[in-house]
Amino acid sequence: MMNAPTSLRTDPKRSLWAAVLVGIGVMAAIDEIVFHQLLQWHHFFDFGTPAFGVLSDGLLHAAELLAVVVGVFMLLDLSQRKRLVIPWAKAGFFLGMGGFQLFDGLINHKVLRLHQIRYGVDPLMYDLVWNAFAIVFLLIGVWFWRRARAHAAR
Amino acid sequence: MHVAHHATPLDWLPFLLVVLVTSQYLAAVWLQRTSGASWSLWRCGFFLTGSALLAIAFWPSLMAWAHGSLVGHMTLHLLIGMFAPLFWVLAAPMTLLLRTLPQAGGRAVAALLQSRFVRTVSHPVTALVLNVGGMYVLYLTPLYAASLENPLLHYAIHLHFLLAGYLFCWAILAEPDASPHRLSLHFRLGVLFTAIATHSLLGKLMYGYGWPRNTGHSLEEVQAAAQLMYYGGDLAEVLLAVVLLTLWLRRPVKRREGLWSKKPNAA
Repeated sequence: MMNAPTSLRTDPKRSLWAAVLVGIGVMAAIDEIVFHQLLQWHHFFDFGTPAFGVLSDGLLHAAELLAVVVGVFMLLDLSQRKRLVIPWAKAGFFLGMGGFQLFDGLINHKVLRLHQIRYGVDPLMYDLVWNAFAIVFLLIGVWFWRRARAHAAR
Repeated sequence: MHVAHHATPLDWLPFLLVVLVTSQYLAAVWLQRTSGASWSLWRCGFFLTGSALLAIAFWPSLMAWAHGSLVGHMTLHLLIGMFAPLFWVLAAPMTLLLRTLPQAGGRAVAALLQSRFVRTVSHPVTALVLNVGGMYVLYLTPLYAASLENPLLHYAIHLHFLLAGYLFCWAILAEPDASPHRLSLHFRLGVLFTAIATHSLLGKLMYGYGWPRNTGHSLEEVQAAAQLMYYGGDLAEVLLAVVLLTLWLRRPVKRREGLWSKKPNAA
């Protein structure tokens, strides 16, 4: 952990990381609501999933749920201590969203094979669009990150 | 298979026990407030909410429905084992009991709370095993099918879920009744993480492999019940995490345990 001198009031690093957790959790929630429930493209259980995929799914699911709750309370805690830096939190939020989307697109769908984006079609195009969205979110995150750094330098 | 029948006096027993316990709680609160001591009305409200959820779950015709339907069983399981216990824990019933009992009785209860048995079962890891471990045993073995044939076993399982759920919520929150353990927030969040992971894994296993088996339920019904368990369990566990961190955030900044590092007050 960063050993900030007591005179330093704000905490950029923790503002960034708490928001990364929130971004991960929000993206996971969007995935669950839009692709599992509304569109019903994703399947709850894919019989082609290897055993280690089913096992790791439980762990990932728990991490996503707790990420959003813990992240929000970390931001509230930082804010109460007047250490929250909003520009860094914005960068963290988008980096978290994009990072999760990319992880979901590459690891969950392709390596662990928990489920595909959509069934009954060739998933290649869907995979490309999915991961392109992830890159877009990451780029927005990087843009906010550069802005936060420029803001801090002033 | 179990056939529908008119409620017998035994069927009313769980419901009447909830009414009895609730009236005892309210009588104790009334004693406290008339003798000049204060007792939060929030806590009263929490207790009544928990009791209302249990009263719904234990209503004989609903229990009879849940006996024949796996989705019904899972709905009642969520109410009895996850939502109602959280509200009862927030009502601080043991603190109220200790305050209300005369000295000798209070000492006996305090000694019981300090006993090795209560210390063991109220540890988060033990409570997790009793709670989620109990569910693995119930749904992945012939126990569930057996409980449909044997009413006593059926009641025993529901009592187990209520007690295990209560112990789990208390072990994770360690408030407002003082916990016999002093465990860090990190540790308790870690146990909660394990609970969510194992609980959702069980939901997927039941869905994918059609457990519990030999119950006369169609695969579609088993899958619907497994999904209800998965999402309902998520909701209950997220609620528990939110309550845990809300209680944490309500502490003054100076006395708030660090969520980032072990050092208190390190943000």
